[in-house]
Amino acid sequence: MRDTLSVLPLTVTDLVFEAGGRRLVDGIGFTLPQGGLTVLIGPNGSGKSLTLRLCHGLLTPHSGSISWAAADGIVSGVKRHAMVFQKPVMLRRSARANILHALAAFGLSRGERTARAAEALERFGLAGLADRPARLMSGGEQQRLAIARAWALRPQVLFLDEPTSQLDPGATRQIEEMLMALRGEGMTLVMATHDMGQARRLADRVLFLHRGHLGEDAEAATFFAGPASTEARAFIAGDLVW
Amino acid sequence: MLTKRHLLGATTALLALGAAALAQDTRPAATTAAPAPAGTRFITVASTTSTVDSGLFNHLLPLFKAKTGIDVRVISQGTGQALDTGRRGDADVVFVHARAAEEKFVADGHGGPRRPVMYNDFVLIGPKSDPAGIKGSRDIAAALTAIQTKAAPFVSRGDRSGTHQAELALWQAARIDLAATRGTWYREIGQGMGAALNTAGGMNAYVLSDRATWLSFRNRGDLDILVEGDRRLFNQYGIMLVNPQRHPHVKQADGQAFIDWIVSPEGQKAIADYKINGQQLFFANASDTGA
Amino acid sequence: MDISQSFAAAIGLILGGDPAFLAIVGLSLTVTLSAVAIAAFIGLPLGALLALARFPGRGAVIVLVNALMGLPPVVAGLLVFLLLSRSGPLGPLGLLFTPTAMVLAQTLLVLPIVIAITRQLTEDLHGEYREHLASIGLTGRSAIPTLLWDGRFALATAILAGFGRASAEVGAVLIVGGNIAGYTRTMTTAIALETSKGDLPLALGLGIVLILLTLAINAVTYGASRVGARFAG
Repeated sequence: MRDTLSVLPLTVTDLVFEAGGRRLVDGIGFTLPQGGLTVLIGPNGSGKSLTLRLCHGLLTPHSGSISWAAADGIVSGVKRHAMVFQKPVMLRRSARANILHALAAFGLSRGERTARAAEALERFGLAGLADRPARLMSGGEQQRLAIARAWALRPQVLFLDEPTSQLDPGATRQIEEMLMALRGEGMTLVMATHDMGQARRLADRVLFLHRGHLGEDAEAATFFAGPASTEARAFIAGDLVW
Repeated sequence: MLTKRHLLGATTALLALGAAALAQDTRPAATTAAPAPAGTRFITVASTTSTVDSGLFNHLLPLFKAKTGIDVRVISQGTGQALDTGRRGDADVVFVHARAAEEKFVADGHGGPRRPVMYNDFVLIGPKSDPAGIKGSRDIAAALTAIQTKAAPFVSRGDRSGTHQAELALWQAARIDLAATRGTWYREIGQGMGAALNTAGGMNAYVLSDRATWLSFRNRGDLDILVEGDRRLFNQYGIMLVNPQRHPHVKQADGQAFIDWIVSPEGQKAIADYKINGQQLFFANASDTGA
Repeated sequence: MDISQSFAAAIGLILGGDPAFLAIVGLSLTVTLSAVAIAAFIGLPLGALLALARFPGRGAVIVLVNALMGLPPVVAGLLVFLLLSRSGPLGPLGLLFTPTAMVLAQTLLVLPIVIAITRQLTEDLHGEYREHLASIGLTGRSAIPTLLWDGRFALATAILAGFGRASAEVGAVLIVGGNIAGYTRTMTTAIALETSKGDLPLALGLGIVLILLTLAINAVTYGASRVGARFAG
């Protein structure tokens, strides 16, 4: 990467988020260093998605702090973290125009936008679909486009909220391979999933969330070898955890 | 692909169109004070439905325009409304038929002097079945009395027009107090002459009409003239300039030119020449200063 | 009266190429399309703003705009009339009984429709796009261009609804235009006039021509937005 300045590490401290009088994220804290793929795992409603959105700045925490090495994760006026959602948000435009739109929002010049969009389409195997209306593409293609669109913004950190939960196994494998490649290039990935198999395949580090609390924060190998908490053990065993 | 450029182009074209319309319309207003080139000179005349619906203006205006180059924009309203339009200064000339109201307009300083122009007459129209049995009568008061006694349906303009005011005067002449005796048989519609005739046709009702509108009216259905020829059915038209002292934007010269032409031998002949199916509609009488 | 007479009258009007008739059609289209263009120019951004903005009384504003969709044309006409009359506040402009006054009155009629439908459509679309747009930094008003552009084919419906209302109404243009032959006479005021003259076949014939025009404009817009929507997905 060309960057001289890094937004990492990200330090999250005592994060609290409430909605409708309920505390949905309750005192979560962790530090995110440069590199690797961190998986947020836990049952539905454990606060995974909310934690990602809080980190990305889509939600404002009630208390606690999210502190990047560069303020708000912005370096030289450019936001250096991006997000991919469970259900990809596809604008009513072509695949290429979807990428161009995000680049325009980042204030890039026309020449730079065109070059980066072409590069992103090529990189994620979408060059042949460039002029296809994005909303008429398959679910897997749409999620690839969402990742390509995020990638084109040159983020140092990419947040992913269950990016494969609505995809078939073939599309899921493609996405996973792409994520591994991005990790190999030095991008820092933070992904929420409730798919244990996926977590085992991809994770370098696991944050286990349970009812808005951070249950465990461990190296993936350590976590899967023997979780410290009973909730995590039960979750790995496939039991319902409430 | 349908591009942003296309949509922008269309929108721009539309806006340009609107702007053009705006520009075009503000021009005459801006040039009211200065002498305008031929084709953009115009005056606004507030007149009555009878002169417009009968086609008289379609006959007169091209002649006037050919002579003077002045366009005449005619607003067709009831006499009361047309006088209001003049009072507000929204017209240059008022051309109506209700002498008492016109004289009040002049006396109040809204315009004038009033010049008599022409007359026609009112006719009482009704269904051929004639439930009140008045066909052939020459006594309008007796006919109205019969209608009221039999409670036969009667359509009134009810719009303060010249015809409406004439109708009210005729009820008075028949010594019928409408306020006390009117029932569902008396139907005020608050609309123009043509609408009143359409309504009367639809309801088999009697209606008072000016002869000109009746002659040019196309949807007569079962209606016919039942009473005519009574002296009290006489219908005089007058014309006057809106007071330029009160409304400085009034086009005094061009408005006066129109009035002068209408009462000139040439204008009077043009009025007399207007015929439908060989029948003369209006009788020019500008020389009759008492009219 | 015979309906076939009206169709004959309509065909005669269309094929006859009478310059007076063509001028009436031209004025009708100019006035209505100008009003729709101005209302769209103002109403689209305003509707989008109303969809995104949160302020006290927002609900009341939405109810008011929705209610104004039912503003009677004569009331809109009367308001503009009182405004533009020589004795009114804008009297010195001398705009009463001109096509400009008619454009103004019809803009007043179309504007609430454009704002209300744009507000609804934009709000729905924003619900779908919000997180992604916020993620790339388009929050608040900066999201409006994206939403209007992506909603353009649905928004064409709002514009068409406005066009339909303006092209069909007679009350407002009659009051502020005065139905002056060759100057402010439109299709609808001509229909009213011919009806009052009792020439019902001609009135209905004019009505048929008006409906055909409206049909053509709707068909073209619908076709264009269908084709466009297929491209955009």
